[in-house]
Amino acid sequence: MTGTLDTMSSATVHGAPPADPPLLDVGELRKRFPVSGTLGLIGRLRRRMKGGPIHLPHVYAVDDVSFTIGKGETVGLVGESGCGKSTLVRVLTRLLDPSGGIVRLGGRELSLTPARRFAKDPDRARIQMVFQDAGESVNPRFTAFAAIADPLRRLRGLRGAALTAKVEKAADQCGLPRALLSRFPHQLSGGQRARVGIARAVAVEPALLVLDEPTAALDVSVQVVILQLLERLKTELGMSYLFVSHDLGVVRLLCDRVLVMYLGKIVESGPARAVFANPLHPYTRALVDAAPSLHDRGAGRIRLQGEPRSPIDPDPNVCRFYGRCPKGTDLCRAEMPALRRFGERDVACHFAEEITAR
Amino acid sequence: MTALVATMRHARYVVSENPVTGLAFGLFVLIVLAALFGPFLVPYDPLASNTSMALQPPSARFWFGTDQLGRDIFSRVIVATRLDFGIAVSSVVLVFAMGGLAGVAAGFFGGWTDRIVGRIADTIMAFPLFVLAMGIVAALGNTVQNIVIATAIVNFPLYARVARAEANVRREAGFVEAARLSGNGEWRILVFQVLPNVIPILVVQMSLTMGYAILNAAGLSFIGLGVRPPTPEWGIMVAEGAAFIVSGEWWIAFFPGLALMTAVFCFNLLGDGLRDIVDPRRRT
Repeated sequence: MTGTLDTMSSATVHGAPPADPPLLDVGELRKRFPVSGTLGLIGRLRRRMKGGPIHLPHVYAVDDVSFTIGKGETVGLVGESGCGKSTLVRVLTRLLDPSGGIVRLGGRELSLTPARRFAKDPDRARIQMVFQDAGESVNPRFTAFAAIADPLRRLRGLRGAALTAKVEKAADQCGLPRALLSRFPHQLSGGQRARVGIARAVAVEPALLVLDEPTAALDVSVQVVILQLLERLKTELGMSYLFVSHDLGVVRLLCDRVLVMYLGKIVESGPARAVFANPLHPYTRALVDAAPSLHDRGAGRIRLQGEPRSPIDPDPNVCRFYGRCPKGTDLCRAEMPALRRFGERDVACHFAEEITAR
Repeated sequence: MTALVATMRHARYVVSENPVTGLAFGLFVLIVLAALFGPFLVPYDPLASNTSMALQPPSARFWFGTDQLGRDIFSRVIVATRLDFGIAVSSVVLVFAMGGLAGVAAGFFGGWTDRIVGRIADTIMAFPLFVLAMGIVAALGNTVQNIVIATAIVNFPLYARVARAEANVRREAGFVEAARLSGNGEWRILVFQVLPNVIPILVVQMSLTMGYAILNAAGLSFIGLGVRPPTPEWGIMVAEGAAFIVSGEWWIAFFPGLALMTAVFCFNLLGDGLRDIVDPRRRT
């Protein structure tokens, strides 16, 4: 634990200005995937023969995303499936290379090291991740012990008794009985598997832990226990969290700030409580309204209809939400709204003022 | 250590649950024993001819009868086990290593590796496999070593394709990404994370192709390629005996053929049992 704190403070001394820089600084991050298959081999050859650039259409999975995460902060990331959450998370954890932009951790630019070589990077241990489905993210042929020991062996160089001690410590911290360490994943319950996944991630004492819907695959009763565990670990180990979730209730409870993502862009960000209490972007409003509630029978809710716009080569001048947005005016079709500051928040909507005024 | 004990216990459970698997294991042990100790167990010298005793039908003295040169067929069948089994095992181990690794690399890395391995497999598949094996042995020379190589090459696409498919579905698996986060390089992930998940499936494949490898080796000898007489070998013995079937001396071809069939049968059954033992998900 102290080791992490030491490296963190030394990073501050060397790298960045003394005015408490954010732990993670993401700037104008982009990730685009070429859509293959639209142009066959023959088509590509013909294009090449003719000369000129071969432009393939691209999916804009993450488009100019900027945000920061402070030390000890929990930031929520919400948005519907397919909005680019997972891609963003994979770029941040250096499993994917970004197409552009920066990812800075404690003042160091990470995206300069290609993802393929990042496995050997000294900063590898500082960003770890808890996966959505622990049943799938623990190798079925590894025991719980082997799964937790793997990062300690590779990233911390521990062997023998020191390794065993550290694995047992991580298991204790995560409430995983030591007797279960010799079991294979299929011999563990969902909650126990989740604990293995968490123990593996926190064993190397990361500065930033990315949680990709850590409770989505669990029973409601187990969810609460796991969330309490995560909350406790955060203070014990002094980590920052990026918490990706569908569950707005959980995000509201756990997160200091929240980022709302729609089709690769952040449409609203700010303190979690304020954003959910009074959403300024129509999409956030719709998300909040979509959560079932006993008291409100649905009058005055925003209900989204239709499909999201295509993420393939989207028009840079049209608001991504246009077409599904209940507001949707000509202005939205002519000019992409930029993120603008409203007190503590940022909102990307032309009509945020009207909503504030209301 | 505990893992070994658990595996043993599980193996006993699988065998007791499934008597056919038990039978296959029993046969397998017999075959291995015959291969290891055959020459010391047999009653007669498999090469000694005795024309006065030629073409004797099966009896208490000669269990499987004698052939046209008066050699004891029982002794020859048992002694031949070592050669046939040896060829099958070495070719299967060779193709397991080659095909398995190439296939896993193709499935895991994709791209050019995948294309190259895929085209090699397609090219081999384009030939009638036995004819290809004949061609390889004829070209490389008539030795046991070349039979092993030919059998391995002929089986390569089977292993490469199975391994490729299995590795490909695990390429994006959560545990592979988790291993990347844990500081494993791509090759390390391939060998320590993906390969252990593919091996159980390849083991089943191994057991199935083992039977085919024996048939292939015997087939090559049958048509006169590979092992040469008077070496005891099932394929040659069937070939030699075939001429006598019409005149009523059925036992010369029948017993080596029976040995061949039993071995192939045993390996095919063994495949299922092995999978149950190797796959930890089936462990309770």
